[in-house]
Amino acid sequence: MSTRHILLGLLAGGPSHGYDLKRRHDERFPQARPLAYGQVYTTLQRLVRDGLAEIEGTDSAGGPERTRYRSTDEGARELAKWTGEITPPAPFVTNEIFAKVVCAILASTDPAGYLRAQRAAHMERMRQLTAVKTATDADLATVLSADYALSHLDADLRWMTTTAARLTTLTAEVDAA
Amino acid sequence: MSHEVPLLTARALAKTHGRTKALRDATIELRAGEILAVTGTSGSGKSTLLHCLAGIVRPDEGSVVYAGQRLDQLPDKRLSELRRTEFGVVFQFGQLIPELTAIDNVALPLLLAGVGRAEAHKRAGAWMERFGVRGQEEQRPGEMSGGQAQRVSMARALVTGPKIVFADEPTGALDSLASEQVMAAMVHTAREAGIAVLLITHDHQVAAYADREVRLRDGAIEDSVDFEVAQ
Repeated sequence: MSTRHILLGLLAGGPSHGYDLKRRHDERFPQARPLAYGQVYTTLQRLVRDGLAEIEGTDSAGGPERTRYRSTDEGARELAKWTGEITPPAPFVTNEIFAKVVCAILASTDPAGYLRAQRAAHMERMRQLTAVKTATDADLATVLSADYALSHLDADLRWMTTTAARLTTLTAEVDAA
Repeated sequence: MSHEVPLLTARALAKTHGRTKALRDATIELRAGEILAVTGTSGSGKSTLLHCLAGIVRPDEGSVVYAGQRLDQLPDKRLSELRRTEFGVVFQFGQLIPELTAIDNVALPLLLAGVGRAEAHKRAGAWMERFGVRGQEEQRPGEMSGGQAQRVSMARALVTGPKIVFADEPTGALDSLASEQVMAAMVHTAREAGIAVLLITHDHQVAAYADREVRLRDGAIEDSVDFEVAQ
């Protein structure tokens, strides 16, 4: 995930302080890992260094002095490029669950037990996300981000069901190799 | 609403269809007011389990106890009376009567129970309201979307004030958005009314609406997960 592009996106709405950018990020992308303040300030400094953003001024209305940033024309072009770029659809298969199943077979531990426990953890997370998205005060951004996570967990679960049903064959294949 | 009181208890159920063992030693408990998902792949015995629990078929072995009564031993007449008053059933394809309007479909169980037409329509209308299908009263099942028809089916299942609703793949024929709306309406309404739901599904996203999950595999209980405990 490119924090610099997301900050450029948030700056496209108008100049802002680091604190506000962090707050708006967390509001716009519900259920995402919250941005750390440190990361926001470091990224803003890099954007300025690279000419993609600039300091517009400072405010200190009754509190500590805060730097206000705005996007540059080059920043706007960079953002437009990024929003049109294809995100590579899963170029490598990164699947820790599969890695654990294969290693459990190699180490003669309990892959079936592991899959059952993993399945329960996935279902519990799906239940939490379902509660989040069906809460009466959930807005559409919350529903859509929960749906994204739910679809991925669901895909994992379907994969785990198929794998659990074919463990005997997989074990024979791994042991023979 | 307590999740601790067992409302329906089935012990060591076995059922054979021809030469296929559809259920083997299945023990399951449904607590008052809870939403329980029974999951498993096709052919794992989910629907047979629902039919045994709802008193639609009798198990070959084992017992089903509801409110102190052995359903598996109850005479047919008493059993169908109990099914009509205490249980509601929703199927994958709503099984609404195509010739009747939505409101008549919902009111039907009340009319069969001897409630007057005006009163039956009044109560049916209130349930349609709770399921967000007010305004569809005069439509026939063929004139409604799949999601609307399923919500009408749910209103019909709940109109008699059952203690348990048995739902067999209630969203199986719906797209994901309609499925979500139907599930949200069912879960919200059941919780509000304190009705227990036994939900049969192969869809994890649907199962995630439940408080608890029981998994079936080859007719036997493979796993039982209490979501409130499994952290």
